[in-house]
Amino acid sequence: MSADPATTSLTKPQLGIERAPEAPLVPASSIAGRTLIIVVAIMTFLASLAAGGAVLIGQASQEWRSTVSREATIQLKPATNRDIETDIVKIVQAAQATSGVADVRAMTKRESELLLEPWLGQGVNLDEVPVPRMIVLKLAAGARVDFDQLRRRIAEISPNASLDDHRVWSERLADMANALVAIAIFLLALIITAMGLAISFATHGAMAGNREIIEVLHFVGASDQFISKQFQRRFLWLGLRGGLIGAGMASLMFLGAGLLSRRLAATPSGEQLEALFGSFSIGWLGYTAIASIAVLSAALSGQTSRVIVFRRLRRLA
Amino acid sequence: MVRFENVGLRYGMGPEVLQDLSFSITPGSFQFLTGPSGAGKTTLMRLLLLSLRPTRGLISIFGQDASTLDKDAITAIRRRIGVVFQDFRLLDHLTTYENVALPLRVQNKAEAEYRDEVIELLRWVGLGDRMQVYPEVLSGGEKQRAAIARALIVRPELLLADEPTGNVDPTMARRIIRLFVELQRSGTSVVVATHDLGLMDQFDGARRLVLGDSRLHIYD
Repeated sequence: MSADPATTSLTKPQLGIERAPEAPLVPASSIAGRTLIIVVAIMTFLASLAAGGAVLIGQASQEWRSTVSREATIQLKPATNRDIETDIVKIVQAAQATSGVADVRAMTKRESELLLEPWLGQGVNLDEVPVPRMIVLKLAAGARVDFDQLRRRIAEISPNASLDDHRVWSERLADMANALVAIAIFLLALIITAMGLAISFATHGAMAGNREIIEVLHFVGASDQFISKQFQRRFLWLGLRGGLIGAGMASLMFLGAGLLSRRLAATPSGEQLEALFGSFSIGWLGYTAIASIAVLSAALSGQTSRVIVFRRLRRLA
Repeated sequence: MVRFENVGLRYGMGPEVLQDLSFSITPGSFQFLTGPSGAGKTTLMRLLLLSLRPTRGLISIFGQDASTLDKDAITAIRRRIGVVFQDFRLLDHLTTYENVALPLRVQNKAEAEYRDEVIELLRWVGLGDRMQVYPEVLSGGEKQRAAIARALIVRPELLLADEPTGNVDPTMARRIIRLFVELQRSGTSVVVATHDLGLMDQFDGARRLVLGDSRLHIYD
């Protein structure tokens, strides 16, 4: 209950002394509380977006990498002096004999031609074009395939065959995802620093506004620790409120985005989104990160104010 | 209990506002501190409260050299001193009860420990029916009594009262001084800063510390 006479009646409600809670020694009205709550809420929201984004990118990149790493492809270029169908059969047999390969499927000529359609358009006669043939290898989960041996084996069968184990692509994806996660963490650090500075300004303002209260507390025997704890308590509460609002807004945003992506899943744009970001759900890891940021905002708010007040009181001595 | 030896104080590069102050306050003693306005009564009270450091001389309080005290030691000493400010210094956002309980609250005592004591003291100073109101609605005299109750709640060994009768009528002023005399009889050393000569005359046996021309003259 606020006991500030400016905002309440001039008499405390007669609950009986036994039940009347103690008023905070640092009055709520003396701190730019509402402004600080808004600042902390915005900062927490932005930090949560950064953290949620990092989780989303991390999870999506894991999905991309695991999908990509569970497949390998063999490309066989047509050559005038070779029978491509015979080479395909031999390569399929060699691939099937390789440990860790769960399934091998050679694409038909038509299927391989269809792969070119997005670039060449429909209705193009590809009979005269030497379209490479693709053989898709599905790898067993967790299996370690000896690609070097397979590469040597298919080279023996046909000099025009090449194996792509997607390692380069996977590494590029990993680098890109790691760079995005690093940027998100950097943004998170910047936001937290800005929040710390905002709390620091608010604490200095609150101390200036409560100079007389601090003096009286000193004269009646309050230690610096006691006084700084009073400020910490006020700022912890303000930080917690701001943190919960910001984290709540961010959680709602991610929940909404997840629902929207599920509703759009059947549409072409939804499919593309899902291919990029999976289900657009940050999962328990993301929500735990957002909850941690809310708690961190409150702790940062309380601790920053306590340290600043304590230091200034020491300096005043 | 308190000993000043050749204490001098100046603000910045200005002249000394207090010069060569040498006196002692013994346990269970009662003294008026008087002098014209601006003579330095409040400054001397602040020296006693350790909120100012002298520019020279020695202040010893409760057997400790004030110049060697760190903040924690000063806090410990202040818990043995009760102080009544000229302008009351009640916290406007706390009720009378909370203001009076403040010295105990800052010692992290549980409210259940001191509740009865605070209520009893408030009743004793005539504020039993004003416990749950804020200072804004208290009269000058009521504020004065609340400030006195706040100073007494810790059963101080030394009571410093700066113009404690400045805002009350003569009858209440006499009551307050009588209250201080009672405290002195129970072992508390009392220093009352006042420029009310009439009041001092009514308590003729009290020691008088008179400030004038930046110096202190003692009349036992």
